[in-house]
Amino acid sequence: MCLAIPGKIKSIDYQYDGLVRMAQISFGGITKEASLDMVPQAQVGDYVLVHVGVAISVVDEEEAQKSFQYLAEIGELDELTESSQIDRHPL
Amino acid sequence: MKHLTEYRSVELVEQYVAELHRTATRPWTLMEVCGGQTHSLVKNGLLNLLPPSITMVHGPGCPVCVTPLNLIDKAVYLAEERGVMLCSFGDMIRVPGSQKSLLDAKAAGADVRILYSPLEAVRLARENPHRDVVFFAVGFETTAPANALSVLQARQLGLKNYSILASHVLVPPAMEAVMQDADTNIQSFLAAGHVCAIMGLDEYLPLVRRYGLPIVVTGFEPVDLLQGILMAVRQLERGEARLENQYVRVVRPEGNPEARRIIGQVFETVDREWRGIGTIPGSGWAVRPELADFDADKKFAVTIAKAPECPDCIAGLVLKGIKKPHECSQFGRACTPERPLGAPMVSSEGACAAYYHFASVETQDVASLQISKL
Ligand code: SF4
Repeated sequence: MCLAIPGKIKSIDYQYDGLVRMAQISFGGITKEASLDMVPQAQVGDYVLVHVGVAISVVDEEEAQKSFQYLAEIGELDELTESSQIDRHPL
Repeated sequence: MKHLTEYRSVELVEQYVAELHRTATRPWTLMEVCGGQTHSLVKNGLLNLLPPSITMVHGPGCPVCVTPLNLIDKAVYLAEERGVMLCSFGDMIRVPGSQKSLLDAKAAGADVRILYSPLEAVRLARENPHRDVVFFAVGFETTAPANALSVLQARQLGLKNYSILASHVLVPPAMEAVMQDADTNIQSFLAAGHVCAIMGLDEYLPLVRRYGLPIVVTGFEPVDLLQGILMAVRQLERGEARLENQYVRVVRPEGNPEARRIIGQVFETVDREWRGIGTIPGSGWAVRPELADFDADKKFAVTIAKAPECPDCIAGLVLKGIKKPHECSQFGRACTPERPLGAPMVSSEGACAAYYHFASVETQDVASLQISKL
């Protein structure tokens, strides 16, 4: 039930007499409705991660592509992977 | 979306597996906290591909599995005796209470509805002003924004007939509880990416420092999981303990502050009982007192005697990663997904059900690799 799926924002509209802002999100072939209240900056065309009808994060497409270079980076370019480190605490 | 298929690429999986075999020189025990990650590891056959020296144990991160029996009994009571329209996620509806599940109650005529989102329950409440609608709101930090938003929407729409039966659980206190168990042998955690998408990274630093634990925030696709395991094993091999983020495309260091603001409007931190584990201090969220009208527990003030758990079920040990599902004497015998004795056999994200459905999990038999299905 904790599944969250990335989808593309197709359109944004208002419901309940204009009180509630919702988006139509396309997941491959299927379109579902989701709230953008948690990602107010998201625009039509952005990819968002949707969990139980609420978009919880904007997916960074550039970062998504970068992850595939990880294997190439380790070994030769150790300092690159160190950049994702948050805290250094040697045992 | 292009990069979703890439995260399932057989070629990349093979490269990661080869790199893991090169990297791991000693035995290491890692726990993935999240049931979604357990499901993905098992379903995709990844456990069979790891070097024998790496042991993955499966954590308490299935919210359906840790929802107390008593609360399920309460939900069944509300549906059967109080005539409410009882809504929840499909997994939750199937979990047996002490007498029956919500699905059993539905079969016997109660108005129980399986919904994809709590926001659909708000819509039902608006369309059925003469019915009480209760959403059984379980979940980790990932699901809390949606459940909180449903309460705020109901208030905004002036609905008097919507409330939630909330059983929210939090990941870091559960990790703490796992580490404090004397029998634990966990040396590193994969943290649940979607939880961190909301909460950010900072709350894991005390665990890294206190227990000298490498923690890697990880996604859910096969490539994510293998990369997360590799990052953790590299730290272990080097004697390091750092917090790293494998899931950078989704998780920002600060998480989602807007989502946390909405959560804070609706929920407050409380001690919470975890099924199979017991009460963990500060490990849950409950509806704030000022929103009591939207809190089904207060609105209907149901008291139901606590029923005992099945004595043969070792769910608590499974949820803490001390025992594997197949080490339970009931696994696959008296306990199956059709007739579960404990919650980890019910939800597809529970460790027992994952092992049952993908049975070849512990064999290191190359023929059983399911990698072609990735
Ligand atoms: S196999 Fe069944 S009885 Fe055993 S721990 Fe899992 S849920 Fe409980």
